[in-house]
Amino acid sequence: MSETAIAAPSPTPRWEADPVLDVEHLTMRFGGLVAVDDLSFAVGRGDITAIIGPNGAGKTTVFNCITGFYKPTEGRLTMRRAEGEEFLLERMPDFQIAARAKVARTFQNIRLFGGMTVLENLMVAQHNPLMKASYFTFGGVLGLSHYRRSEKEAIGFATSWLEQIRLIDRADDPAADLPYGAQRRLEIARAMCTRPEILCLDEPAAGLNPRESAELNDLLRLIRDEYQTSVLLIEHDMSVVMEISDHVVVLDYGKKIADGPADVIRNDPAVIAAYLGVEDDEVEAAEEEVEEIKEEAERR
Amino acid sequence: MEYFVQQLINGLTLGSIYGLIAIGYTMVYGIIGMINFAHGDIFMVGSFIALIAIIAFGLTAGSSLAVLILALILVLLIAMALTSVYGWTVERLAYRPLRGSFRLAPLITAIGMSIVLQNFVQIAQGARVKPLQPLFSGGFTLMELEGPTGAVFRVNLSFAQILIIVTTVVLMTVFTLIIAKTSLGRSQRACEQDRKMAALLGVNVDRTISLTFVMGAALAAVAGLMYLLYYGVIDFYIGFIAGVKAFTAAVLGGIGSLPGAMLGGLLIGLIETFWSAYFSIEYKDVAAFSILAIVLIFLPSGILGRPEVEKV
Repeated sequence: MSETAIAAPSPTPRWEADPVLDVEHLTMRFGGLVAVDDLSFAVGRGDITAIIGPNGAGKTTVFNCITGFYKPTEGRLTMRRAEGEEFLLERMPDFQIAARAKVARTFQNIRLFGGMTVLENLMVAQHNPLMKASYFTFGGVLGLSHYRRSEKEAIGFATSWLEQIRLIDRADDPAADLPYGAQRRLEIARAMCTRPEILCLDEPAAGLNPRESAELNDLLRLIRDEYQTSVLLIEHDMSVVMEISDHVVVLDYGKKIADGPADVIRNDPAVIAAYLGVEDDEVEAAEEEVEEIKEEAERR
Repeated sequence: MEYFVQQLINGLTLGSIYGLIAIGYTMVYGIIGMINFAHGDIFMVGSFIALIAIIAFGLTAGSSLAVLILALILVLLIAMALTSVYGWTVERLAYRPLRGSFRLAPLITAIGMSIVLQNFVQIAQGARVKPLQPLFSGGFTLMELEGPTGAVFRVNLSFAQILIIVTTVVLMTVFTLIIAKTSLGRSQRACEQDRKMAALLGVNVDRTISLTFVMGAALAAVAGLMYLLYYGVIDFYIGFIAGVKAFTAAVLGGIGSLPGAMLGGLLIGLIETFWSAYFSIEYKDVAAFSILAIVLIFLPSGILGRPEVEKV
């Protein structure tokens, strides 16, 4: 693509040219309730992509489908790893989505292993390479040098993350003893310790104060730029979304109502309507209609 | 005093065996919240495998000590390996398909599996008790006391008792290290706390649970061999009583806690031995279980157990 083509709105946006994750015709029904309805979007490699929408729009359901919590009723989820391998997430057992397809996630309500230490939380995330290195524990018991080296590497990687999120002093404390903001940071670090290619964050800024929220933005940029990990996040805090997202997908009632760069989405009338309600004259028209129906019913 | 020391030694030996079995109950309960009632019978199977291996090696009391010890280590490894296969198979066939079913389902199949194993051994090996000639005779005399009538009371620590206590201490240390330090141990503890989250971090939860059953079965096999060496007779029914006692030990120590299981095992062994020694041997089980009831009333989560916190 030539330099000039970038200035003009290109026909295929970057995220469709090289997606790390392709969501195609995703539908999730719970009995009669359609939580996600024929949803398609792409997550660009190396992008921070945000999914926004009012409460109950189906955002978390999309995450649950991607990470194997739910089996989607219909649709296809293709993970394209950097080295070229492709994985159909909807067909994989949950642990392989993390281990082989390299998808990691965090939760809206924090799910750390509270009884384990901060460092151990990060070590569990590196379970698979260690298991292999220890020949399924036998080598670990015998203290083979090969295993000790891998263990040291894993501790080194975990330590670098603890320094990054300023929790190195608390490495040996139980995770449940950390303050709320620190638990959020630890959860992101733990997800990063699985060395994912896409990191799915469910409302990472929920409950954070403005300072912590700004810190989170820096952390997410670091993850994108330094660790070359694509980020997909659900967020309500518009200041976070608009500041750091490269690409925004808007959901309402399980359907996609807008999809594009953050500054375009900000001014999209459909998005404004979903977030702020419909225009006043439309409300009046609807109320009149209801009155007419009532009168008609009374006349009968 | 001498009598007391002798009973202490006997109680610790018995308690070690209970403790080894109790670990299997407590680990499985910790990770999937299920009482594996077939575990006592896994212990019994381990005991039979050990007996068969000893006979196959042609071990007798006449063998030289070096040969005996080498062969017993081999017997131990064989029994651990084969019993693990039993433990793994029972989990794979009878428990895993029911995971996610209602809470009572795995409990019922566990009782079923217990009966299956008992009847299988009864049919395959016969219902009569199987004796083993004592392989170790002798031991150390720690104290001697001459009574007023001239009779001598000796406090003995037999070689079999030393073997049992040493093996138990070594294996307890190894398994505690596995749980505390290795990647497998960390994932077991992670699965204990939040299985779904562990899976999302790439931990193969099913395999971790299988390995927990395998570890429990291997320790039960060790207990089986120890029981065989100590008592010299086994039959297809030993798993029931030993299983119930070990389960009691696990609950007494605080189910889900590894040191708790060992402590509970030792306590049950000591209570039983001292009660038999000082009061009446017929009521030893009554005593053991009464103390369990009393502990549970005042310490509902056991001695070392954490109080159950309801997850919101």
